[in-house]
Amino acid sequence: MFSIDFRQIGIVAGKEFWDRIRNRWVLAVSIVFTVFALVIAYFGAAQQGAVGFRSIDVTIASLVSLVIYLIPLIALILGFDAIVGERERGSLDLLLTLPITRKELILGKYAGLAAALAFSTIAGFGAVGVILSPSLSPGALFHYAGFMASAILLGFAFLSLAVMLSVFAADRTRASGLAIGTWFFFVLVFDLLLLGALVVTAGDYGGAIFPYLLLLNPADVFRVLNVFSLDEVRTLYGLATVFPEALSNPATLGGVMLAWIVGPLAVAIWRFER
Amino acid sequence: MASTIVEARGVTKDFGSIQAVKGVDLSIAPGELFGLIGHNGAGKSTLFKMMLGLIPLTSGQIHLDGEPITGPRFCETRRKIGYLPENVVLYDNLTGLETLYFFADLKAVPRRECAALLDKVGLTEAAGRRVREYSKGMRQRLGFAQALLGTPRLLFLDEPTTGLDPGAIRDFYRILRELKGEGVTMVLTSHILAEIQERVDRLAIMEGGQIRATGTVQALREAMNLPLTLEIAGGAGLREEVSRAMEGLAIDSIEESGNMLHIRLSRDAKMPALTRLATLGDTLRDLHVREPSLEDVFFGYRA
Repeated sequence: MFSIDFRQIGIVAGKEFWDRIRNRWVLAVSIVFTVFALVIAYFGAAQQGAVGFRSIDVTIASLVSLVIYLIPLIALILGFDAIVGERERGSLDLLLTLPITRKELILGKYAGLAAALAFSTIAGFGAVGVILSPSLSPGALFHYAGFMASAILLGFAFLSLAVMLSVFAADRTRASGLAIGTWFFFVLVFDLLLLGALVVTAGDYGGAIFPYLLLLNPADVFRVLNVFSLDEVRTLYGLATVFPEALSNPATLGGVMLAWIVGPLAVAIWRFER
Repeated sequence: MASTIVEARGVTKDFGSIQAVKGVDLSIAPGELFGLIGHNGAGKSTLFKMMLGLIPLTSGQIHLDGEPITGPRFCETRRKIGYLPENVVLYDNLTGLETLYFFADLKAVPRRECAALLDKVGLTEAAGRRVREYSKGMRQRLGFAQALLGTPRLLFLDEPTTGLDPGAIRDFYRILRELKGEGVTMVLTSHILAEIQERVDRLAIMEGGQIRATGTVQALREAMNLPLTLEIAGGAGLREEVSRAMEGLAIDSIEESGNMLHIRLSRDAKMPALTRLATLGDTLRDLHVREPSLEDVFFGYRA
């Protein structure tokens, strides 16, 4: 019951990945990332009255704001029809009669899509890293690599949510609606709700737990992971004082992100096997 | 269990308040070519999907090759099973050959077998074309090739000839005969009764979620006791002579069309009638005994 055939996962993953390479999804998303990152790197400080590349910290801070909107959206679009799409087209039945378990099928789909997303992220932001590298110190490059790694994790978390929706949704239309709703909730509404609650209670009740509530949103985990690991940004935002020390540890935050990847995927498998 | 490869006992399936399959018992022997017939909505596809482990049973048991379909080793049993779904859907962006490669990989079948299978279903020339460009019949043939990957011992074919032209249908059944020669068990559904009546070993008639009758076409005909038709060609005065010869036999009707006579009579009256017709000598030029078609049998069971 608990045995997993990694070969079967690899075959499904390979097909999903090559599908995205062949239909130029990977290329398109990579270009989007490169263009946006370049624009932000050079014009991100325009509000301060200057253009041109400034410091890596400021660039990353601007990129974080971009990525927090873009990557969840792309991951949700990528994954929402993973299962429901096959079901609706009618190809799922045939797949399930093959010697592959439902668990292997989901894991394979997820791995293939995750690889496509990670590849695009690395290619897109990596290209910008290469372009900027002459003006970056090794420490700055390290920060940039950290930013890319966390962006990949963010994508994985939302892809996991998307695959979960894809298992629960009765049809593609509903799955797409749920995906858009998920994006709205985590990217736009969640922080507002939190902020609203903080303002309404004037910080009197449980103010200390609010930072921890941010962990309930993978997008916020990503923000915290990046913004607070950069000294310049931390002081820039004046947030260092209000943020608990325990949450500024990248390993803890990375673990939370991992939970956001594993959790929805586990729910998806549980549901799909029923 | 060795004497049956498909064994269903008391299988039911409820979808909410609707009972789609109501207590089906079915045994299929190894090497049989078995037909499951019934109109749309009779429960054929639901029964098929349960046999393949795609949807859970509400109650009852199904064993394939001695293995319960809910058992832990069923995933392994799947390697011996080929399935062609009704209206097979494949991946439009892959070529025919790539499609087979994908399924071959999942079935752990060497990729080198794929080209020969494409040849078998007549798709060699289209192997490098995307499935998007395939006609319905070509997709169906590719789906069939997929089902044949890994020399399965048991084939489930759901309305396999949908979209095939007459030539392709003939080729399809030729392949089934070859497979039968190799000892492969095949279960196929169809609602085109004329097509399968001379081609299956046994069949089951499904209606309203139940199996109404199981047996060879001939056994079902006999059990229904439907009238048969004698078709006679002959010279002038045929009708009068035949009517006289048939006197006293249980004849339903005698109809004339052109220079042919169509005599409908009960099965019991067949041999006495033939004996008497033989005495007519040269007046009779030709004679056919037309058995009731599977369609007649089918509608007989539905009535």
